[in-house]
Amino acid sequence: MDAVNTTRTPAPRAMRAFAWSGTQKAVLLAVLAYSVYVIAQMDLSWARLSTGVHQGARFLGRMVPPDLSKMDVLWEGIRETLQIAVLATFAGVALSLPVGLLAARNMVPGYVRTAARGLIAVCRSLHPVITAILFVKAVGFGPLAGILALVVATVGFVGKLFADAIEEISPKQIEAVRATGASFANVVLFGVLPQVMGRFVGFATYQLDSNLRNSTMVGIVGAGGIGGALFSAFLRFEYSFVCTILATVIAIIVVGEIVVNATRKALHV
Amino acid sequence: MTPSLHAGSLHIQQLVKEYRPGVPVLKSIDLRIDGTGLTSIIGPSGTGKSTLIRCINRLVDPTAGQIWLDVAGERLDMAQLHGRALRRSRRHIGMVFQEYNLVERLTVMENLLTGRLGYLSAWKAWRRKFPAEDFERAYQLLDVIGLGSFAHQRADALSGGQRQRVGIARALMQQPAILLADEPTSSLDPKTSVEIIQLLREQGRERGIPVIVNIHDVELARRHSDRIVGMTGGHVVYDGPPAGLTDAHLQTIYGGQAWMQ
Repeated sequence: MDAVNTTRTPAPRAMRAFAWSGTQKAVLLAVLAYSVYVIAQMDLSWARLSTGVHQGARFLGRMVPPDLSKMDVLWEGIRETLQIAVLATFAGVALSLPVGLLAARNMVPGYVRTAARGLIAVCRSLHPVITAILFVKAVGFGPLAGILALVVATVGFVGKLFADAIEEISPKQIEAVRATGASFANVVLFGVLPQVMGRFVGFATYQLDSNLRNSTMVGIVGAGGIGGALFSAFLRFEYSFVCTILATVIAIIVVGEIVVNATRKALHV
Repeated sequence: MTPSLHAGSLHIQQLVKEYRPGVPVLKSIDLRIDGTGLTSIIGPSGTGKSTLIRCINRLVDPTAGQIWLDVAGERLDMAQLHGRALRRSRRHIGMVFQEYNLVERLTVMENLLTGRLGYLSAWKAWRRKFPAEDFERAYQLLDVIGLGSFAHQRADALSGGQRQRVGIARALMQQPAILLADEPTSSLDPKTSVEIIQLLREQGRERGIPVIVNIHDVELARRHSDRIVGMTGGHVVYDGPPAGLTDAHLQTIYGGQAWMQ
């Protein structure tokens, strides 16, 4: 020990306090090694990247000027997209309330919670576009499939967050309401909901934002909305119309976010 | 103030509570509490005072024994009730908590009306459709506790003393046959503590109902109780008037004597 101490001075205390642990170093190394392996495997090279940049520039060049001649098609798609987003959010959030309640450990017996958590996990596991494909098969082309797909996504997201929020509430407030002889439903109404309503509204507005984005996508697989028009414009090489659609979608998302934020501020959530 | 519809009485027999099998917290408690008056339960921490109070309204389930509640000509064993019958009987038992346990995001008025939830369907509760006399009583009680102008404030905007007053008013909204209070003054300053304990005693007297209070502060208990129950190690070791509580009793209850100097 003495020999070591004389040949190597230990790192100053201040440095040692934040030193990386062996596990942390190993994890970092593993991630780096995997990345290098994948890059080699997938034949990713600078050459391909640079030709891609050139092609991308040509493609962007063909997008201007935007095509403003088909505003009726655009408007039709946008209207449907907004309808899908709003309706799916409304229905999905309404469904999330009971599902979230049934998935909270402090509200229901274990087996009910497991079943509800399972339902939420299934809803969360598939991307909305994949769910939309399933619903197109089930109910046919059109906005109904899109709405159903986004309802599923909403239940998966809002239901989970709502359940987690309920599991974190203060049991003392619940206890006091129970002590008055209130029924389970009344305990929920006066003890549980007041504690989580603010956060629930927050989740719902966030999901509206997210559904606006997703509802522009489900059209690609024929589930209604602007996505359909976008996809067919791509297939027909109408890049200037693609440009119009993309610009409109971006504008809608930005405006939607502003509206959602204003709503959250107004509701103090 | 109108008296409660019914005054209740309590007869606890051989009450045992084990949180872990074989380790009883309450070791066969026998206690009869009836008539008007404030009964203080004193004793060291961890001796089962809270458990005893919570067994009465079944926020805690007892392991063995009976808790007979006589109310409105009925004799119910609180230890045996389940489901709807338990909820119906809880309506007769008001409870005040150490940390007030108000629903923070509801208004003072809503917190008071919570005391009536045992009598209201969920559909009506959702729409806040309480009977007119409930609102009437709530406003009267707010005046009694001196918070008449706070009806529409949110509970989390109140001070500790104000919250505990609202907690008491919520319990009184039930028109309880007995009133329980679990360490109601432990989170409050000395002056407010006295006000709270006096409020509990007065309200019990006016309504002709028994009030049972867990309390840490021996002097506060001595000065403001009609009866003192001393507990230690899960047993009742003193039961009598405050005047009869001697230093010897206190040594039995708390052990040692250095703290009394």
